[in-house]
Amino acid sequence: MKADLGAFAGLDSPIHRAAPGLKLGGALALIVGVMLVPPTHAGWLGVPAVLVVGTLWASHLPIRFFVRRVLALEPLVLGVALLAWLQPGGAPVAALVMARSTLGLATAVLLAATTPFVRLLEVLRRLKVPPLLLTVVTLMSRYVYVLSDEAGRLDRARRSRSFVRARRFDWGNLAALVGHLFLRATNRAERIYAAMCARGWR
Amino acid sequence: MHIPDGFLDAKVAGTTALVSIGSLWVALRRVPAGAHRRVPLMGVCAAFIFVAQLVNFPVAAGTSGHLVGAALATVLLGPSAAAVVMASVVVVQALLFADGGVLSLGANLLNMAVVAVLAAAATFGLLRRVWPTTRGFYFATALASWSSIVAASGACALELAASHTVALPLALPAMTGAHTLIGLGEALITTLVLSTIVRARPELVTLPQAPAGSVVRPLVATGVVMLALVPMASKAPDGLEKVSESLGFSGLATGWAQAPLGSLPSGLLVALGAAVLGALAAATLAWVVSKALTTPSARSGHES
Repeated sequence: MKADLGAFAGLDSPIHRAAPGLKLGGALALIVGVMLVPPTHAGWLGVPAVLVVGTLWASHLPIRFFVRRVLALEPLVLGVALLAWLQPGGAPVAALVMARSTLGLATAVLLAATTPFVRLLEVLRRLKVPPLLLTVVTLMSRYVYVLSDEAGRLDRARRSRSFVRARRFDWGNLAALVGHLFLRATNRAERIYAAMCARGWR
Repeated sequence: MHIPDGFLDAKVAGTTALVSIGSLWVALRRVPAGAHRRVPLMGVCAAFIFVAQLVNFPVAAGTSGHLVGAALATVLLGPSAAAVVMASVVVVQALLFADGGVLSLGANLLNMAVVAVLAAAATFGLLRRVWPTTRGFYFATALASWSSIVAASGACALELAASHTVALPLALPAMTGAHTLIGLGEALITTLVLSTIVRARPELVTLPQAPAGSVVRPLVATGVVMLALVPMASKAPDGLEKVSESLGFSGLATGWAQAPLGSLPSGLLVALGAAVLGALAAATLAWVVSKALTTPSARSGHES
């Protein structure tokens, strides 16, 4: 299970203390700005770059954590950039796309790493995102790790009871694992429903 | 298939966001108010889809794809709830994991929560109606999974091309060509997962109980699905060119499209060929898997 970006959301810094709505708006504005820089004036991308580095410095986030998280998502960017590079005259476009998406990625990582997810959800609620969607998102962010652990337990149980075919990819076992994960998820959903009703939900 | 920020221009990002918001609004309204009990189920299912997406499977020559789960959610929960669940997955991936951009959220929602779910629901609904047996259920599931992936990757390629990031004759073969293969993996996994669920808790899935009939209508319906998906590779550029002309797009991509890119028609031909081959492979796979899952000896031999 890949870790989310909330590991250092509890630090204390001017960036962490800033209002989450302000941060979300600022991040969006920064990404829009990056997107609007025309290819003919690519030098202007230095402004958002300075802003990102400045925010990173002010946020007291460990630099290694930040760099590792940005690099982890970079391969996908490289893939599409490579595709852009292959077409005639594509090199400057590829470079521009790389710069833009790296800056966007860095901004998104900064936002997620300095703001607890619950605070972002509060902003979304104030923005009148439909309550049903927000409830599903909230429940999901709560149970992602629970189900990920559950998948680990299912896998460990299977491996401890049977041989592992190392050579061939085993579609049947994998599908059985995912299927049983769904069954456990529905059982859990029924318990959650009972617990929510017992606590006066709706 | 998660588009990062910086790949889409303002027009595409804005348009896809509007279309996604509208579609999700419809989906949210179509989830019945009496579905109180299903809200926790949807939340946990979203978490389940997220975890299932971490499952990688080999595709070809050492590359691997991962499950998207739009068809799985559609078959298990119905299209409206599936759209809400997939939307939650995409939103959490963008905001909590920075997987997929913030501004391209609209496009990512469109591809994975709207187009993929609609393609799966249309294929599944059509095939189930014309082939109402257990075997037809598995066949429909496999084909619905494949078409959800191909449709979503086609939408993704169109968005990238409309943003002038990658020219269409390059984007379509690269995206849909690869995803006709990845879709086969999705179809196999989704169908096997559903067979596990059906064997353990048959009451969770409503299986049709009609006796086996003629295979003519299913064959015709399969043909209809293929015909709906395959021309995406050949028809789309005309439509896109018209759109880009009417919107007054100019510069980079138009330049490439008209550049001495000898591969312009041949690129699309490759896409078309890949789509036809992929469609035939998908139908064959669906046929074989559904047969294997409904043959008694195979079922008892296939332990869970």
